[in-house]
Amino acid sequence: MATKGTVSGVIANMVTLTVDGPVSQNEICYIHTGGDRLMAEVIKVVGKNVYVQVFESTRGLKVGAEAEFTGHMLEVTLGPGMLSKNYDGLQNDLDKMEGVFLKRGQYTYPLDKEKKWLFKPIVKAGDEVGPSAWLGEVEENHQPLKIMVPFQLTDKYKVKSIVTEGEYTIEDTVAVLTDKEGNDIPVNMIQKWPVKKAMTNYVEKPRPFKLLETGVRVIDTLNPIVEGGTGFIPGPFGTGKTVLQHAISKQAEADIVIIAACGERANEVVEIFTEFPELVDPHTGRKLMERTIIVANTSNMPVAAREASVYTAMTMAEFYRAMGLKVLLMADSTSRWAQALREMSNRMEELPGPDAFPMDLSAIISNFYGRAGFVHLYNGQTGSITFIGTVSPAGGNLKEPVTENTKKVARCFYALEQERADRKRYPAVNPIDSYSKYLEYPEFEKYITDRINDQWTGKVNELKTRLLRGKEIAEQINILGDDGVPVDYHETFWKSELIDFVVLQQDAFDEVDSVTPMERQEDIVNMVIDICHTDFQFDNFLEVMDYFKKMINICKQMNYSKYKSEQYESFRQQLDTLVAERCVK
Amino acid sequence: MATKAFQKIYTQINQITKATCSLRATGVGADELAKVNGKLAQVVKIAGDEVTLQVFEGTEGIPTNAEVVFLGKAPTLKVSEQLSGRFFNAFGDPIDGGPEIEGTEVEIGGPSVNPVRRKQPSELIATGIAGIDLNNTLVSGQKIPFFADPDQPFNQVMAMVALRAKTDKIILGGMGMTNDDYLYFKNVFSNAGALDRIISFMNTTEDPPVERLLIPDMALTAAEYFAVEHNEKVLVLLTDMTSYADALAIVSNRMDQIPSKDSMPGSLYSDLAKIYEKAVQFPSGGSITIIAVTTLSGGDITHAVPDNTGYITEGQLFLRRDSDIGKVIVDPFRSLSRLKQLVSGKKTRKDHPQVMNAAVRLYADAANAKTKMENGFDLTNYDERALAFAKDYANQLLAIDVNVDTTEMLDVTWGLFGKYFKPEEVNIKKEFVDQYWKK
Repeated sequence: MATKGTVSGVIANMVTLTVDGPVSQNEICYIHTGGDRLMAEVIKVVGKNVYVQVFESTRGLKVGAEAEFTGHMLEVTLGPGMLSKNYDGLQNDLDKMEGVFLKRGQYTYPLDKEKKWLFKPIVKAGDEVGPSAWLGEVEENHQPLKIMVPFQLTDKYKVKSIVTEGEYTIEDTVAVLTDKEGNDIPVNMIQKWPVKKAMTNYVEKPRPFKLLETGVRVIDTLNPIVEGGTGFIPGPFGTGKTVLQHAISKQAEADIVIIAACGERANEVVEIFTEFPELVDPHTGRKLMERTIIVANTSNMPVAAREASVYTAMTMAEFYRAMGLKVLLMADSTSRWAQALREMSNRMEELPGPDAFPMDLSAIISNFYGRAGFVHLYNGQTGSITFIGTVSPAGGNLKEPVTENTKKVARCFYALEQERADRKRYPAVNPIDSYSKYLEYPEFEKYITDRINDQWTGKVNELKTRLLRGKEIAEQINILGDDGVPVDYHETFWKSELIDFVVLQQDAFDEVDSVTPMERQEDIVNMVIDICHTDFQFDNFLEVMDYFKKMINICKQMNYSKYKSEQYESFRQQLDTLVAERCVK
Repeated sequence: MATKAFQKIYTQINQITKATCSLRATGVGADELAKVNGKLAQVVKIAGDEVTLQVFEGTEGIPTNAEVVFLGKAPTLKVSEQLSGRFFNAFGDPIDGGPEIEGTEVEIGGPSVNPVRRKQPSELIATGIAGIDLNNTLVSGQKIPFFADPDQPFNQVMAMVALRAKTDKIILGGMGMTNDDYLYFKNVFSNAGALDRIISFMNTTEDPPVERLLIPDMALTAAEYFAVEHNEKVLVLLTDMTSYADALAIVSNRMDQIPSKDSMPGSLYSDLAKIYEKAVQFPSGGSITIIAVTTLSGGDITHAVPDNTGYITEGQLFLRRDSDIGKVIVDPFRSLSRLKQLVSGKKTRKDHPQVMNAAVRLYADAANAKTKMENGFDLTNYDERALAFAKDYANQLLAIDVNVDTTEMLDVTWGLFGKYFKPEEVNIKKEFVDQYWKK
């Protein structure tokens, strides 16, 4: 019999219940008030008193209200039909909700029970299957989705029967498995999984190495992220975190993109709703929305559901990874998630850690990032979850708990800088502080050598060194004055400016410049490096500045032109002429 | 809500602090209103039969045997057409001597809009101020604050924006506003003959601070009524949100909550977001745009209030006195409108985004040149031209007394480019240079 409880106290969205039976930590219950059912999660148990966080407004909730426990943790329902959906943090389908305003206690089913899917069996009767094995396939938005052995089953099973190719709904039984004791287990297309538990249905998680192309030069060229890698983007407000994240989610070479809008602006989510159905995936030519799932828990939606939303999104990503797909998960912003944890911890009167965040913040963040990764599945296939989170550090100060704890676990660091943003040098990724640990991986080195050539990493490192040198010279010029340093200092400085303007800066709103394929990035880097290696003849520093400004202008016009178009080639010629003017050979 | 025939009256208060009191009571709902000796209060905590009330006016003079009556509802506002042109206090009672409002009673601080039912904002709000229209274009459905020191003329600029913007209703929420500023707004609006489309909810410095907590919700509930029921374009002015946050801090302190950064409650982000996120463009044509004021202390934007606000709002506007021209300008470096790309170059001329970026970049070069000059270094010819450009740019465009349309602003900027620079120094796409460059 299900455990029941009665409300004995209310402080904002934390409610205490007195229960009549067993409850477990993180169990879900529903509280009845004024005709609404409010979903809540157990966060602390003291004897018969259970503390729950309610995922909705508790306005009008009275002592004595009844609650019923469900016997399970917060879980998501997984299956075909999730792509291009807009969910809230608890996986309610937002499009199915009625009215303009969100109604309290309204929960909608995340999948479509009516729709028929063309199921193609992969195994046959008599086959032996292991955990999470692929039983069949259905196609959704051109993605081959696998119907798998239910994730809860961890043993070996015999396929007793499997349906023939044909159209089935998600609730139809498509296969029957038999376990060792001879019990029959019917299988349909629906899986359920508790969001706070990591899925471990893979053989191993090797170090990731394959470049995940994003079309953003400052990432792909300078600090590449890889399939199954982790990265984070901290930055004060107004430095372009969201624009950068949107650019990555539009352009990245992934099969599935899941965007967790966690505690951020609703208009930003609307931008995705509005633009993605129109935009085309540069890699497949299909509409971007077809591969995208949005988990939206905007800042005005209930705080507790905000915490759940990042887990909901991660669990969906794990589901697709188990099918052997490349998933990109973006969370904007993980700071809002940490703040949700802080609000609850505060209401429970826990002793606070740094900046009043809960003491276990560090463990929570590292466990979450740990769920991403590149995996070998049981059937020899691979799948990956690449995770990029943004961090909104209080006051733009990177020495705060969320940034510091994230830095310990994320392998790529894209620091957005106020000064660059003020000077409109977008994307405002600081080229000197940012890093990608993957550049140091021998596995990556080998991969990039095969893909581009063995000089690539050397060139990238040279770009970085030159940028650093340019910054040092700029500081010296500031102290000593333009006349106080030799002319060739100016030349070195302007060469670093050339790298900045041509490689780093990219116009996210220009049709051509916003996406640079790897091939073109290689061209740009070669062009810029060649110029850097050229010796020029200058009589004074004014000539240097004028000359390089002209050069930068031509290179920028090239970036705005279609690759290898007539216009592009004509700018290229102008550049060659200009270089020849002062080149000493 | 009809008066109940039998209202239970409690007369035994156990605990009184500066802002709260607690008593034993049953059948009380979360967020419910109560009256303590006639003073309005709201339930903030229920633990068994122990109920804690936050008394809006403060607890001065409340005796332990005060009469407590629970009203069985959260704070409400009566909404109807009659709200237009009226002035109210934080409880939604008229303070202009006029009659009570008749209308539907709705709870304030209602539910959020389903994100999939929102429409992407796409209508430009023209203000005539180039520092805003050219560099930081406002869009209906946007939320944006002025970050300003208390001595800056933000209320004047806000009143100017409100009157020039083509909106159906202007709702003013005043929190901790001085009586003088309140009278200023009243005068400006009535002189402009706009009083019939203004609605004001006022909490002046003479009123108890905790009452301020109701002002934004009152103003936005009225805004939602006009935007949803009448499909009107509503502009909500909230000044000053720092006073609102201060009131939040007072209450959380009285409730023994652990403060986070700058003594603000840990929930500050959510509290502010709940207000600002009411800004919305409805598909039916109605919209709510919020322009707020966040006063800074000594220009410090890393303080918890401006910092959290910056993460919530769609940009921010900074005012600064430019000593070179002796006028107040909209600071082009620190100001930002995040929604500008939805209209600039789309609802305005195509060259708008590039011209805007180029001008700001050149203005930044001028700032560098100025630093050089102040440090006693020689200026190059380029530096001198940049400085001259910056002066004209500030005078003709950034100053808040400018009032022209966007196309003219662009033409003026091209004129300045041509006057001081060569095309390759400006870094603009060639097609625009060919079309607009002025020798």
